[in-house]
Amino acid sequence: MAGKTLYDKLWEAHVVREEPDGSTLLYIDRHLVHEVTSPQAFEGLRLAGRKPWRGDSVLAVPDHNVPTENRDQGIADPVSRIQVETLEANVTSLGLKFFPMADVRQGIVHVIGPEQGATLPGMTVVCGDSHTSTHGALGALAFGIGTSEVEHVLATQCLWQKKTKAMQVRVEGELRPGVTAKDVVLAIIGRIGTAGGTGYAIEFAGSAIRSLSVEGRMSVCNMSIEAGARAGMVAVDEETIEYVRGKPQAPTGEMFERAAEYWRRLVSDPDAEFDAVVELDAAAIAPQVSWGTSPEMVAPIDGRVPDPAAESDPVRAEGMQRALEYMGLKPNTPMTEIRPDKVFIGSCTNSRIEDLRAAAEVVKGRKKADNITLAMVVPGSGLVKQQAEQEGLDRIFLDAGFEWREPGCSMCLAMNADRLEPGERCASTSNRNFEGRQGQGGRTHLVSPSLAAAAAVAGHFIEPSALKEA
Amino acid sequence: MQAFTVEKGIVAPLDRSNVDTDAIIPKQYLKSVKRTGFGPNAFDDWRYLDPGEPGMDGSKRRPNPDFVLNQAPFDEATILLARKNFGCGSSREHAVWALTDFGFRAVIAPSFADIFFSNSCKNGLLPVVLAEDEVQSLFDQVEANPGAQVEVNLEALTVTAPDATVFRFTLDEDRRHRLLNGLDDIALTLQFAEDIRAYEERQRQERPWMAS
Repeated sequence: MAGKTLYDKLWEAHVVREEPDGSTLLYIDRHLVHEVTSPQAFEGLRLAGRKPWRGDSVLAVPDHNVPTENRDQGIADPVSRIQVETLEANVTSLGLKFFPMADVRQGIVHVIGPEQGATLPGMTVVCGDSHTSTHGALGALAFGIGTSEVEHVLATQCLWQKKTKAMQVRVEGELRPGVTAKDVVLAIIGRIGTAGGTGYAIEFAGSAIRSLSVEGRMSVCNMSIEAGARAGMVAVDEETIEYVRGKPQAPTGEMFERAAEYWRRLVSDPDAEFDAVVELDAAAIAPQVSWGTSPEMVAPIDGRVPDPAAESDPVRAEGMQRALEYMGLKPNTPMTEIRPDKVFIGSCTNSRIEDLRAAAEVVKGRKKADNITLAMVVPGSGLVKQQAEQEGLDRIFLDAGFEWREPGCSMCLAMNADRLEPGERCASTSNRNFEGRQGQGGRTHLVSPSLAAAAAVAGHFIEPSALKEA
Repeated sequence: MQAFTVEKGIVAPLDRSNVDTDAIIPKQYLKSVKRTGFGPNAFDDWRYLDPGEPGMDGSKRRPNPDFVLNQAPFDEATILLARKNFGCGSSREHAVWALTDFGFRAVIAPSFADIFFSNSCKNGLLPVVLAEDEVQSLFDQVEANPGAQVEVNLEALTVTAPDATVFRFTLDEDRRHRLLNGLDDIALTLQFAEDIRAYEERQRQERPWMAS
């Protein structure tokens, strides 16, 4: 009999009940909640006269609607304000753990979960948010759910699920200098496509993945959903365990050691079989820039915008054509000739301390280019912001003409005041380049933090190593 | 949940792949704390020429005449036809609520994103997966005869095209049963409350660090 995958192990440890047709009642250890996808769930609970099954499994935070400046003035948009107030009213009436906007621990839900030790290896983690896959970087089974499922988890601590297939994406070898976790995941999506992982749970493996920090692994797992997979994960290793040690909600002392012993077993067995295996050569991955309106539409920084005329599949060619029209790009344009108007460094993909350090390293001693009307850095949490300020990163950004903001989802999806105007082009460290994602008519190019920083300095896309001496 | 058995109606052809949930319901409408009222803003960026904001009077906006849902008879459609990977991206259930609020009861496509598929089944919006050539045949027939009716039958697991061709589809039995009967998931699950408590007791023994 073949060994077990990490996914098998996480799944089996959470089965409450299995029906003959494979429908499984799966236990949920951690339920992260934000203001956008929860109000209807709390209302449903209330209307049915139900209470949360296990209130201490919940961690709630407002992140999508919160302003990233002038917080002392509250939320100007009345509709956004009501949504944030509704979250606060719901969680406080039920006594659930909550970090309000003024709390230094407030931030993007997928940044604060691991930061607080609220998400741990071996857990099942859900949130009404597709980027919940982020937490899989810790060796957890983490996936996004809809609002009906949010209500279901609140009421029962469980979800009905069917086990999906397992895919291993193996990235072997050494990454070239300047190639980051973001480039790895964009290259993976470019390779398998936005539906390549549909119906699968993806385990990211191989020496290049293991060489990434835990934060880097989070950037990779974060974008699993952009490859169609609800869950992405990385096996536990000593890096994972050291990352978790000392986090506020992590176990301590002897209990930590007991947990760690269990966590070390959260790896795929050497003889485990996957339903699909995809291999990438790490050394062949270049820094990536997206050119279209789907995250699979990526090109290496030294490449060119592709030509739909060269595409044999007519449906695909039409999609490319539509994307180029929306993006205002001509086929065969070198990526390095594309000139953004704005730069956004932030989002649950790339707003952790290492992301900010990487961007600051590029920006240090340099200035924002004149054609960049706004370069903003939005830390993933109040604690990330505090840490960055202790390291002086805020000064580096401010001296270069960047804006240094308060934590939240911000211009990743533009539910707050931070947005692109029609036709504006943005170098963004976020995860989606869909039409209108960052503001109606806005044009998004997905990149790593160092590439976004380099674009802000040069005024066009460029490898950081090609920038003139600071 | 509204039960789904059979829906016979007009099919709106949306000839795009990778229709994402941001396109189905743009972010500014997610600020609502209600489950209803999203229909007028379904596909807002494609459907209107002026930028939309919550609370705007729909009758004063400029509809995009080129968008299928603004064209008769498709403004009366109850079945949406699209290309592969429908509903990708964000997990927002608001996308499903926008489609049902518009009046859709079923979406036919060669493939769906996982979260959208699951959300759909929980709201009585039937996602129907047909083969690419079957979807193409429906596009062709609707183009030739706009307003022709298509029947989606969940009892029989069939789609009957305007030319009377019958396409078969599958849906796992559990979801089918819940949709056919419009069942409340939570009440069903709570029948197993004892199993859930037993699991929690087991976990407290084996993995005591998890329980806080």
